[in-house]
Amino acid sequence: MDLTVSVLLGTFILSVLALFVFIASMAKGLFGSGGAAAVQIFDKNEVGTVEDPAATKAQRGELQQAMDPAHLDNRRNAFEVGTRLRADQSSSLVVGVCLTMAVVWLVLASLAGLVASIKLHAPDWWVSQAWLTFGRIRPIHLNLVAYGWCSMAGIGVALWLIPRLLKTELVGAKYALLGGALWTVGVTAGTVAIALGYSDGLEWLEYPWKIDILLVIGGALVGFPMWLTLLRRKVAHLYVSVWYIAAGLLWFPILFLVANWPGLHFGVQQATMNWWYGHNVLGLWFTPLGLAAAYYFIPKVLGKPIHSYNLSLLGFWSLAFFYSQVGGHHLIGGPVPSWLITISIVQSMMMVVPVVAVAINQHLTVLGNFRALLYSPTLRFIVLGAMLYTASSVQGSLQALRSVNTVTHFTHYTVAHAHLGLYGFYSMVMFGSIYFIMPRVMKWEWPYPWMISAHFWLVLGGFSVYFIGLSFGGWYQGLAMLDKDIPFMQSVTLTIPYLQARSVGGALMTLGHLVFAAHFFMMGWKFGPRRLGAALLAAPDAAPAAARALPGKGVAA
Amino acid sequence: MSFGVGKYEMDEMRLVVGAMIILSAATALLVVMPYMLLKDQQPPPGLKPYTEVQLQGRQSYIANGCIYCHSQQPRDIKQAPDALRGWGRASVASDYAYDTPHLLGTMRTGPDLLNIGARQPSRDWHLGHLYAPRAYTPGSIMPPYPYLFEVRQGTAQPGEVVVNLPPAYAKPGQVVIAKAEVLALVDYLISLDRTYPALKALDDQAVNRRAPR
Repeated sequence: MDLTVSVLLGTFILSVLALFVFIASMAKGLFGSGGAAAVQIFDKNEVGTVEDPAATKAQRGELQQAMDPAHLDNRRNAFEVGTRLRADQSSSLVVGVCLTMAVVWLVLASLAGLVASIKLHAPDWWVSQAWLTFGRIRPIHLNLVAYGWCSMAGIGVALWLIPRLLKTELVGAKYALLGGALWTVGVTAGTVAIALGYSDGLEWLEYPWKIDILLVIGGALVGFPMWLTLLRRKVAHLYVSVWYIAAGLLWFPILFLVANWPGLHFGVQQATMNWWYGHNVLGLWFTPLGLAAAYYFIPKVLGKPIHSYNLSLLGFWSLAFFYSQVGGHHLIGGPVPSWLITISIVQSMMMVVPVVAVAINQHLTVLGNFRALLYSPTLRFIVLGAMLYTASSVQGSLQALRSVNTVTHFTHYTVAHAHLGLYGFYSMVMFGSIYFIMPRVMKWEWPYPWMISAHFWLVLGGFSVYFIGLSFGGWYQGLAMLDKDIPFMQSVTLTIPYLQARSVGGALMTLGHLVFAAHFFMMGWKFGPRRLGAALLAAPDAAPAAARALPGKGVAA
Repeated sequence: MSFGVGKYEMDEMRLVVGAMIILSAATALLVVMPYMLLKDQQPPPGLKPYTEVQLQGRQSYIANGCIYCHSQQPRDIKQAPDALRGWGRASVASDYAYDTPHLLGTMRTGPDLLNIGARQPSRDWHLGHLYAPRAYTPGSIMPPYPYLFEVRQGTAQPGEVVVNLPPAYAKPGQVVIAKAEVLALVDYLISLDRTYPALKALDDQAVNRRAPR
């Protein structure tokens, strides 16, 4: 064993050193072009122009006033505006379909989650049907959230961002559409399978492996067009969002395939594999998609490039390296090799590096412009999400420490933490992104701006109750379990008020999602007044030439 | 695709190569290394393979999601008082020689179950507890599983297993009969017994565990 430990330690030190050399060398070369890459998301003369299709015309005026009142928007290059219009159009159908499915899954997932939550403090409620038992409705909730809402929303947002960021049209949109359809069939079949009691028995990997094949093929069909588009890019620099999306699309299929391979894993090895997957699906799939969206929309809405390009480079590679090895911290105190756990704890602490890089970058971009949050619905969700990303990551690092983990492991505290990441960060960013994207997809504004505010305050209020309640409840539960003089039963009963608080918070969140979904479908059926101000890429008064060029082949500069 | 920009620019090739190297490192660490270390482990002599019925019960444990509230991994006494609660000694990798899929669990909304068979070997208790948890454990938040039982007015047929409920919970003239699925589940639960000594020599070599600081 000593040999194994020294080999591992050596590899670890070498790889960390290599990582820093790698980053240093890339950063050195990027001092020249770093600035150019950061403004890649803007057209010529566009820096300083705010953009938020979810804002009303009045909000957009206020937003522009808050950011750069003197900026003139009429110097844009008509050809570039036309390029962006065509990029948006090329992806609009498949993006619209993916996001619609995502919203449907969100509503179903919320209802399943709420039922599961209530069952924990009302155990005799709805017990006669097997599919409604806690042990089935809870994994139905998790899988609908992970593979229904989060994956579909992330794929939709990524499909929309890629052509925009590469200034070209989406290649092979029909493959992505077919992929999305297969994925939807897979999620439906997986949900039914769990309800009927057919589960592979591993958390995050419950869907029977035969159904997983649908998700693998569907995912590949979605990823393929994005890589084809990448090869036809018309931009010199790959913007940071592109790295995250492209890497996420490579990582996820491999993770999912290896994790679900039938007959390969066994016993305790399967447990380490389980958390290699369980943590990487967050770190190498959802987090990259969420960060890609945040890295695009924050500077785009504000009309201001991200603070530091080099920091984003450091953030990307260190996230990939450290995040991918933290899974073992889910098994602290379990029957697994101690070196594995120790490495995972060390890497969990090292996660502070990418988190601080992202935090500085995103928060310094917003810093000094907080008034913009008043006027931009998109930004309100995304900036909140970015803040909660920092919070959840720092919390995650601390939670991996043995002393903290000993209390929180096996308790509701962990559940609260998981929701801080996947809801507080990821889902908030996705809400904001959808508010930005859908007016472009539908060529129709959000009909009732008050519903966006209602959605925001309901989910923020609900989630605060959820998170604070469950964190305290879980912590007390953990302390009680560690005290040998307290009977186990007391660690159960003391959580009841906190579990009830979680149901109240969850109900508010669900209500917020119903408002969101209703608004989404009202937009789909083009309810509300015909305004079409911010929804059009180029307002008629700003770039009339671009508006005229829309149906044609573009106007030369 | 090259646009002749900086030598250190991030491009597709660097992205793919870097992303794959990093994922391989993580996979080697968390999937392949444990695979190589554990694949030749022998089951301890005190551990019996599951019977056919017990495996069916294990499948029922999975289907009904027991894993979402119960762990199967007692921690070391230096970390947590699991042993003092009667949950057993700290488990080692070889204790799971027959456990695929693994059911280590992540929550203790209910107690650890790795040694529930040693702690509570009564079939009657388990059947009654699955039918009416609060009849046996006041304050419990475990759901009852009525769909694993058949409730009938009158009497049981020969060969049927009747659940013996505490008097306060039994309704006169009514019998509760355990279906085959719940009998298998209870058979599995009773089989959960790792009270034999841990395979120390082997585990020290391959999976020694460190106590928390």
